[in-house]
Amino acid sequence: MSLVTVSQLSKKFRNHTAVDDLSFSVNEGDVYGFLGQNGAGKSTTIRMLLTLVKPTAGHIELFGLDLRRERKKILSQVGAVIEKPDLYKYLNAYENLSLFARMSGSKITKRELNTQLEMVGLGGRENDKVKTFSQGMKQRLGIAVALVHNPRLIILDEPTNGLDPLGIADMRNLILHLSRNLNKTVIVSSHLLHEIEQISTRMLIIEEGKKMVEGTVASLMDPAKTLVELEVDDPKAAASLIESTPWFTYLQKTTNKILIFQLPRELIPELNRVLVGLQVNVLSLQARNSLETYFLSLTRSKQHVAAFTD
Amino acid sequence: MWQLLQIELLKIFRKPRTYISFGAIAVMVVIIQIALKSDGQSYIEFIVGGLKDSLDIPFRNILNGYFVCFVILNLLLIHIPLLIALVAGDSIAGEANMGTLRLIASKPVSRTGLMLAKFMATAIYTALLLIWLAFISLLLSVLIFGTNDILIARNDYLEIIRSNDVMWRYAAAFGFATLALTTVAALAFLLSVFAENSIGPIVSTISIVIVFTILSEMQIPLYDRTVKPYLFTSHMLAWKGFFYCKIDSGGSSIPGTIENIRAIGKSSLILILYIIGFVSAAILVFNKKDILS
Repeated sequence: MSLVTVSQLSKKFRNHTAVDDLSFSVNEGDVYGFLGQNGAGKSTTIRMLLTLVKPTAGHIELFGLDLRRERKKILSQVGAVIEKPDLYKYLNAYENLSLFARMSGSKITKRELNTQLEMVGLGGRENDKVKTFSQGMKQRLGIAVALVHNPRLIILDEPTNGLDPLGIADMRNLILHLSRNLNKTVIVSSHLLHEIEQISTRMLIIEEGKKMVEGTVASLMDPAKTLVELEVDDPKAAASLIESTPWFTYLQKTTNKILIFQLPRELIPELNRVLVGLQVNVLSLQARNSLETYFLSLTRSKQHVAAFTD
Repeated sequence: MWQLLQIELLKIFRKPRTYISFGAIAVMVVIIQIALKSDGQSYIEFIVGGLKDSLDIPFRNILNGYFVCFVILNLLLIHIPLLIALVAGDSIAGEANMGTLRLIASKPVSRTGLMLAKFMATAIYTALLLIWLAFISLLLSVLIFGTNDILIARNDYLEIIRSNDVMWRYAAAFGFATLALTTVAALAFLLSVFAENSIGPIVSTISIVIVFTILSEMQIPLYDRTVKPYLFTSHMLAWKGFFYCKIDSGGSSIPGTIENIRAIGKSSLILILYIIGFVSAAILVFNKKDILS
């Protein structure tokens, strides 16, 4: 079932077209990755979904309802973190959560609010003012605010901005938890391709406000061109052993630490067996940057990136 | 709406900035009271001027709590708009600057409801500020200076209002002052919609009030008819009208009367129209606004 349907959506700011004839749909239960470079139109689209920005043209339906006509009904089922979660710094965590719960139309008990704070790891900090919180703690409180009224749809705009690696991992796990255990539909925008790749079931890539592609992550990436990074104990020796086999045609690059192959995804186990047969000591093997490769193949920036990697 | 209003009041009264105004008023009032307590006679002589020989009231009776409160209102009601703008100018722009505007505007509440709740909270803050001013300027002055008849200096004569005829006039004057200052709050509120930083609307409001006040005070016949009647600042000082009594044939003030109630009513109406205009414009602009902060 389609939870979000966006049809021919456009937004112009004077002479600048931020979103141009964009159409997509998000199904119930999806973790929907919304990808694009900075300035591609992701945030503008998300703000239109949340009625913060008025579309110049087009139509948005959420839960089968027209967003313009049923705004209040729709937004009561949506939770969002838009860019960094700015909250009232002079209020404490509990007051912030309580305030936004009331604004969302929820009647939530004190105990439930405290449980919510504990869920995001802020138990025991409920009476501390937000101005004393780190960026990661603010982000977690922002998530609690987005979830406090038990929404069906959660929209996270660049949720990993400003987070350290541990915070990013926490966020990833939280999104997966929301989707798998709580059956929430999540739209998550990011320019961090690796993050989207790990959590999304479907995704949309936009460039200059226009849709480039939309579909499942697996279907979008060309499985015939998977980059495989092999860490071996002696790459040069390994490369010379491979040279005499048909696998050499897949070998892209040899460095003093790794071998990089580009090959169909289903051949990866076979490659591993061949290398073991050739008595190459494989220390690690991973399919690398597949979404990044795909993304760069679509976007105009690929020439710039190629210049740095050559 | 009640829930939104409660939330907005919580936001205003949990913000440390809010209490600057209450503190500033307390300090200014106490400074004036100390000055009048130590050298009130000179001040009265200055007000009475050449008429002092015709007065049959001793100076110590003139310098009483009711008179001191009147002096304080005269001095402070021109400056309090600055304190009102501090909170009203922050109501939308401050949220935009903090980044919370996008969060509250994406909640299932109408933008019109949100704006009305914000303005009502600002109006309540204004009323509370006036109640605070009344409390310390009237009650404290009465405690320090006692009570007696009040002497009001008119253009060419002195008017005396009996002490038992004063309190209702103060209640009405503070009520009118609340209306006048709510007009300033509404202006700051409107300007706040256009900005993403509260400094702009605060400074703009103060600038407009200063320019309009200068225009209101200028004695130029052309402006008297064409500009002054339409400036809200021309009507903000109409609270003084509650202290201007009708005079009987013997030249004495008639207790319980107001010299020109129609003028006060007209000023009230103009201020109400300004408030409605400013708030309606603010709601209109905010409803059409793309929130990009």
